[in-house]
This record gives sequence, C-alpha cells and structure tokens, in this order.
Amino acid sequence: MILQQLIILGKASRAWLERLGRAYILFAYMVWGIPSIFRRFHLFIQQVYFLGVFSFLLILIAGFFVGMVMGFQGYHTLAKFGAESSLGVVVALSIVRELGPVITALLFAGRAGSALTAEIGLMKVTEQLASMEMMAVDPVKQVLVPRLLAGIFVLPLLAAIFSAVGILGGEFVGVAVLGVDSGAYWSQMQSSVDIYNDILNGIVKSIFFGLITTWIAVFEGYDTVPTSEGVSRATTRTVVYSALSVLALDFILTALMFGEH
Amino acid sequence: MNDSNTSLISIKDLVFHRGEQIIFDGTNIEIPKGKITAIMGPSGTGKTTLLRLLGGQLPPLSGSIHIDGQDVGRFSRKQWYLLRRRMGMLFQSGALLTDMNVFDNVAFPLRENTALNERMIRHLVLMKLQAVGLRGARTLMPAELSGGMARRVALARAIALDPMMIMYDEPFTGQDPISMGVLVKLIRSLNDTLHLTSIIVSHDIHETLAIADYIYILSQGKVVGEGTPENLQKNPSQWVQQFIHGMPDGPVHFDYPAVEYYQDVFSFEKTP
Amino acid sequence: MLNNTKLDLWVGIFVAVGVLALLMLALNVSNLKTHAGDGVYYVTARFENVSGLKVRSPVMLAGVRIGQVETIELDPESLDVLVRMSIASNIATIPIDSMAGIYTAGILGERYVGLEAGIEEDFLIDGSNIHRTNPAMVLEKLIGQFMFNKVEE
Repeated sequence: MILQQLIILGKASRAWLERLGRAYILFAYMVWGIPSIFRRFHLFIQQVYFLGVFSFLLILIAGFFVGMVMGFQGYHTLAKFGAESSLGVVVALSIVRELGPVITALLFAGRAGSALTAEIGLMKVTEQLASMEMMAVDPVKQVLVPRLLAGIFVLPLLAAIFSAVGILGGEFVGVAVLGVDSGAYWSQMQSSVDIYNDILNGIVKSIFFGLITTWIAVFEGYDTVPTSEGVSRATTRTVVYSALSVLALDFILTALMFGEH
Repeated sequence: MNDSNTSLISIKDLVFHRGEQIIFDGTNIEIPKGKITAIMGPSGTGKTTLLRLLGGQLPPLSGSIHIDGQDVGRFSRKQWYLLRRRMGMLFQSGALLTDMNVFDNVAFPLRENTALNERMIRHLVLMKLQAVGLRGARTLMPAELSGGMARRVALARAIALDPMMIMYDEPFTGQDPISMGVLVKLIRSLNDTLHLTSIIVSHDIHETLAIADYIYILSQGKVVGEGTPENLQKNPSQWVQQFIHGMPDGPVHFDYPAVEYYQDVFSFEKTP
Repeated sequence: MLNNTKLDLWVGIFVAVGVLALLMLALNVSNLKTHAGDGVYYVTARFENVSGLKVRSPVMLAGVRIGQVETIELDPESLDVLVRMSIASNIATIPIDSMAGIYTAGILGERYVGLEAGIEEDFLIDGSNIHRTNPAMVLEKLIGQFMFNKVEE
C-alpha cells in the first residue's frame, strides 16, 4: 500500500521534473533565438502593445489605490510617534522597493501572462505552431521570443508607473486629506530614498519578475496539452506559478539586495 | 514501385511508439514522384503521425526515411528547416494564422523565407490565390472564412514556396459536398500542373479512391493492403474489404472485448 | 488588428509615460539631485564621536539642507572620525571658521551635521577642512552625568 503511494509520488515528481527540464531547455533555446528579433522588430513592438498598453490602465488605477492605502496606514502608524512628516519616506520606500515591483508583477501575471498562455495554447490547438514549422518558420523565434523580450521590457516600465502613481496617491491622502506638510512629504522622501539602493534595485527586481512571469506564460502555452481543457489548465497554472515564483524570487532578491545592511 | 528513381520518399522498417502504444511496427512505404498517394486506415492508426515523421516534427524510433534521396534520420534542425521549404502541408483545420488576413497568410512563408520585394510577393500571392479561386477574398480575416475556404487559402499558402510535395492531413473531413468537390478537383489539378508529389492521409474512402493513384491501407502499425484503387477493390483480405466497404462487423469487431454478456449481467457484486 | 500607425502611437505613448515615471522616481523621489556630481564640493570635518550619523545623513546650515554626508571613516592613528560631506556649489560663502556639530532632529529623529557660520572672510572650498567641531551627544552619557550630579547634590 505504502509502496504504491511511493510509486505514485515518484511518478508525479518525475513528471514535474521533466516539465521543469523542458522549461529550461525552452528558455535556453529562446535565449539562443534572441538575435532573430532584429529581423522581426515589428513583432516586438506589437507585443509591447499587447502586454504593456493593455495593462496600462489597470496598473495606473491599482497604483493609485495602493498609494492611498499606504498613505492612511503609514500616517496612523507614524502619528503614534509624532513622526507624520516621515510619511513620504514610508510610502516611497515601501512602494519603490516592494509593492511596486511585486504587485505590478502579480497583476501582470493575471492580466497579460494568462492571456499569453491562452493565446499560444490556442495557436497550438489550431495547429498554427505546427504549420509555421512546416513553412520553415521557427515558432519559437516567431512567436515566443518577441513575447519574452516584450515582457522583460514592459514590466519595469509598468512598475515605474505604478510606483510614481502610488507616491502621488500617498501624497493625495497624506497632504490633501490628512494635512501632512507637502514640503516635508517630498523633502524627507528625497533625503531618504536612494537612487541606487532603492530605485535601481526596484527596477532590477521588476526586470527579473518580467522575465520569470513571461517565461512561465510562454512555456505553459507552448507546453499545453492541445485540447480546450489543456489550455484552460495551462492558463490557471500560469497565474498560480507566476504568483508563487514572483513572491519567492522577491524574497531571494530582497535578501541579496538589502540583506547586508 | 520499389524503383528508387521514381520514389520521392521511401520509408523502410519504420518503428515509432507513443508512450506504451505502438504506432508503427516495421512499416514500409514508397511514395512515387509526381503521383497522388493515399495513406488510409481507421482513426488512431497514426496517419497524422506519419506526416509528422515526414515533416521532421517527430523523430522515428528506428528504421529509415529517405526524402528526395536524402537520409533524414540524422538531420539537424537546420537541415530540416531547409528541407521544409520544399514541402507543403495542408493541416486538417487549415491552421491559418488568425492575426493576419488572407493575403498576409499566403505571403507569410514568402516574407519569412525569401528576400523578395513586396511587388514580387504581391504577384506571387495573387497568382497562388487565383489558383485556388480566392483572389477576391484576400482582405478577409481567417475568422470570416468558411471551413472550405480556409482550407483553400491554406492550400494556396502551402504552394507559395513552389514545393516538390504536398501533404494533406484529412483534407475531406467535415466538408460540405460542394467544397469537397472543389478540393478534389484542386488536389488533382495542382498535382498535375505543378508536377507535385501529393500524399493524402484520409479515411474518406469514396473521395480518396476517386483521386489517388496508389493507396496504402494501414492497421496496427502495418501495411495491410496496397495497390491502385482498382486492385484494392479486388484485394482478397477481409480486413481491406471491411474497411473500403465500411462494414460494421468483420475482422475489426463491433464489440469491444468483454466477458460474455450473460456472465456480466448476472454478476451482481461487481459494479460497474 | 489595429493598423500599424495607431499601434505605434500607443506603444510610443506607453513607453514615454513609463520613462517619465522613471525620471520622476529618479529626480523627484530619490536623492539623485544631491548625489555626487558637478553641483557639489567636498569638505571634511574631524569629530571625536559621530554616534548615529550615517552616510547620506543631511548637512544643514541654519536649519536648511545644503548637502549630505558622503563617507565616514575612522582615523586609525588618532581614533577620530573623518566625515566627508558634499555641499551644493551654490552655497559657496560659508566662512572657513564655521563650526560643525552633530545634532538630532527631534528627540528620536535622525542625526544630521549642523554648520554654524563663523566670521572669517575666507570661505570653505573643495577639499577644505572644518577645524572647529562638536561631537555627537550620546543620550546615555548625558543621562548618566545628570544622575551622577543629582547624587552628588
């Protein structure tokens, strides 16, 4: 009985490891195919449109709300110590370092990542990928590489927009609603937020997040079992795996970047 | 048939498994140059798998495949891409790229694989679309086409690079009688005017017998019958007779293997 | 699909907004403007004790921020602390005998270097040393002294 369970466990882990292996092989192949993008630059622009412009409004709204919430929460915590004037620092640091890159990546995985998986999965179901191969066009270079690169390019920009709007949202609540001095909000922020340690690290984080979410999305689409059920499962997996990987990767990157201070 | 001068493709002792399932088990097939060859057999006998093996999308487990005199068994990815420029394939669903209109779909292989300028591409695309009778539909999107039209556009795309051969994956499935007739006529006329070699994978007996020059019938990984349509009608094998006349019972049983009916009915304990 | 010009336009707008957001983060939110560059000059001061002072702590003159601390190093011989700070170049008229001290903004606030203007006609320039300094006050020490004095009384 236990033996049987162990066999099932072994089978499942082997299947999982095989998938992981295929994901790495696909990644290596995509990296190898990156130079081909210069011949098909319009495809990259097209994907920047689908991944970036379509997520734009979502990020704008989400960023403003998160900033406002941070304004309220930060104010009430700081008011206990009479340090309301540091509100700008609290809002800016938490958004630029953590919330901006992470929430943007989570929203991106839900909005753009799932769409990518479904799109590529459907292209597989309708034999479009196979037909490209038979037309002597490599679907990895034609379909996957432009999407991967666009994801890596778009996410840092979205995260920057999220952070900027979030800080404005924090200012709106802190200054206009709760009466923190506007000068203190900005000047304390400027003296405490470092261009390298905080802003640049946040951007580096979001580049990694863009890489991992788009990689998972295109892999899940490319590796779909070509049925309608397969596509819906792959789409769900994209969102779940992306979210978990973003959070885990965030921990690792944070430990590397801020661990020693 | 075994004269290598007249064969474009020769498959020898092909073995292929999918998981535990044996798809091909020492299959030998010769595809003559310039003719229409049909591969037939019931669903699930690996007809589509055969096309994938010929297109290099799946590697055989053992055996050899020669295409146009080249042993493709050890082909690199690059060699396959070069060879595929000389192959056309019509997929079951047409497999048009859904984000481009008809014109761009037919132009796609030309733009990706040649350095022709847009003027030349336009000439070629219009020529190919004219050949399938859809020059007037060039601005439509794939979603706006009927199934038969989509297949014709896909056919125009398959011949865009002037291939030496075309593979048809179930071209007649799910077509109304008119588009079926159109397709039969197109396959024949393209084969003869462009001096192509055609391979049709199908289980539609009537149309295939009408169009093919030579037919292979596959079952359980083996060739169970081959010959011209006339010869096949006279084939003594019961299996072949059952298949081409579509009889419900014969060597292939109507009943899925089970214990005797009365035993099953009276054994109450076991459910279901 | 959209036609190409419209698509390019939207992508252009998106990228421009993204870059603007990055610029805002760099210029308005962070300390990039006060970071090393053409706009600053450096002076050094020697302190006995800098407890609580950090790199990037502000440098204030008469309560106005004019620069920030760049490096804090211990002099191995004298065991004094050398604090190098950058000061915005438009503040070029600080007398050379000004006094630097380490103060605290509020009771729990952060440490900063405060300059008190002197009276000399010569001004601090790049590479100058500030000779008159006040060490940081350590709260525990002060409390200890206070208690001790009380006991004496």
